[in-house]
Formats: sequence, structure tokens, C-alpha cells
Amino acid sequence: MANTYTAIATVTVGSGGAANIEFTSIPATYTDLVVRLSARCSFAGITGNLAIEFNSSSASFSRRTARGNGSAASSTSGSDNYIGDIVGNDATGSTFSNNEIYISNYTGSGNKSYSIDLVTENNATEAWQYLVAGLWSNSAAITSIKLLPFSQSWTFNQYSTATLYGIKNS
Amino acid sequence: MPATYEPIATVNVTNVTTTTFNSLGSYTDIIVVAGGLTRGTANSVFMRFNSDTGSNYSYTQLVGNGSTASSSRSSNQTGIMVAAGTTGLSSTPTMFICQIQNFSNANTYKTILSRDTDSNGATEAFVGLWRNTNAITSITVYTGGDFTGGTLSLYGIKAA
Repeated sequence: MANTYTAIATVTVGSGGAANIEFTSIPATYTDLVVRLSARCSFAGITGNLAIEFNSSSASFSRRTARGNGSAASSTSGSDNYIGDIVGNDATGSTFSNNEIYISNYTGSGNKSYSIDLVTENNATEAWQYLVAGLWSNSAAITSIKLLPFSQSWTFNQYSTATLYGIKNS
Repeated sequence: MPATYEPIATVNVTNVTTTTFNSLGSYTDIIVVAGGLTRGTANSVFMRFNSDTGSNYSYTQLVGNGSTASSSRSSNQTGIMVAAGTTGLSSTPTMFICQIQNFSNANTYKTILSRDTDSNGATEAFVGLWRNTNAITSITVYTGGDFTGGTLSLYGIKAA
């Protein structure tokens, strides 16, 4: 039986930082996609806001988000491509966020659902955990994925890495 | 490196209320992925093992519905909820990913983790317990009403 969890590509941010992390030319030969991201950004705060784009589009996204910071839990919704926060410049040094994005049936003819688990850490009172339910209301197959700032200006720090995996169900 | 994440089976659940996987293979953990799920009515999705319909299951859920976050607990249930009730229209398909750890261990009760994703309803996380030490030999996924579309895929993970 075939191994089905296959690494498609990895991006590692170099010393100059990067405005975004992008996977292009994603083959249509899998059932689901998974992005695993370890990242830190230059935003002057504990965390920076992260967004996702499919096929270079930031339109037709919606989401439900639950988050907890160690003292309280809350939930928000939005018609946007915000997917949670990653560690920012004011968090404990050498600390990177951990993020998994699962996109089911990415070549299907219907709208695309995605699930996100995300944590930031920090050797202080504030750190965050996110659960995100996302939808891209577009019938096109996903051929590219971009991770970038959401309504902020920052860059991914050196040593941030992301790997795209493909999962086949047969 | 040995293959460790392998597809076991996939079924289309259109017009189906109950799906049972009987051949689980020789793995350490099992992953159940539901993709593109649509439902005509807001029925939750549950899981049970080895056809045990007794009140031997419990689960805890964490829910964010877009305005509030909450948590609840259900004990002595006849199945573990793995996805909460939602209409799951064709325009807003839902998905869930359920992990069943160490499913063939004959010494421990069995635990699961599930993540339910419904951008039109809520984002949810479930933890569940089946109070039985038997190895899991079958997995049944069921809901109170037919799915109108979607697939259930089963994957096996081998420890080294």
C-alpha cells in the first residue's frame, strides 16, 4: 500500500526575512493538503496577524475562530482571510509559533473548507492558542497557497519554515 | 524510511447515515478525515467502536461559534460526538479530522481527538473516551440524518 503523506515543498526564510511564504504549482494529484508552519515575524508586538491566500486571491473567505490566552477564551467570526497570530518581535527570543493548516478536497468543484490549529508561545503571561474553521467560497482547484501579514506590515523572520504535504486517500 | 501514513479506505457518504469500517489493519493510530460534508438538517456526527451501543462513552467539547467560546461535558453516552450539528449546506461544506490513538492496545481504554470545522457554524475540538480495553476492530460513524454529500477516509499510522 502506498505511502500517502508526501512532502511536496519546504520554504525556509533566509537572513533577510521574507514578505510572505508561498507554494505555487501545487499538483492536483492528492486528496488533501497540509501546511505545517514554524514562524516568527518582525511585528513590534507579542504577536502579528497572519493571513492566507489561495490562487493569489484574498476574496471570498470566511471563518469562525476560537482562541485562548491562558486566562480567557473568546470567539470571533469574519468575512476575511485572517487565520490567527504568529509570534512577534516582542515575544521571548528564539520562540516560534507552531501552525497546522489542513485543507480538505482542495481540487473539488465545491467551496473549500480548511481547519487550522495554531499556538504562539512566550515566556510571559501572554501566549495564544487558536482553533480556526475557514472557508474559501470558490470552486477552483487550489494551485497556490500564500501566507502573509493580515492588515499589518511585517516580514517573516529568518529560520521561519513551512512545509506543504499532500495526502492521498487511495 | 518505512511508509507510516497509509490510506485504508474511503467511502462516499451521500444519502448515508451510518458508515462502518471493519478492516482497520495493523497500525498504531487511526485517522478519520471527513471532507466536503453537507447535511440537509443540523445533525451531529458521532463515533462508536466494535458495535458497542452501551453507555460507555464520554466526551468534552470546546466550541467557538463566532461570538462566544464555551466548553461542555457529556458522560455515559452511546457514542462520542466528533462533529456538532450544523446544516453544512453545499455552499459551506464542513470537515472533521479524528485521531484514535493506540487503538489496538488491549490494556487501556481508548481515547480520541477530533477537530470539527464549520465556517458557517463553529470551530470545535473534542476529546473522547471509550471505556473498554478491547482492541478496536471496527469504527462506526453515524448521524441522525443523511449526509447529502462528502467522503470519509480512514488512514493508518505506524509507530517505528
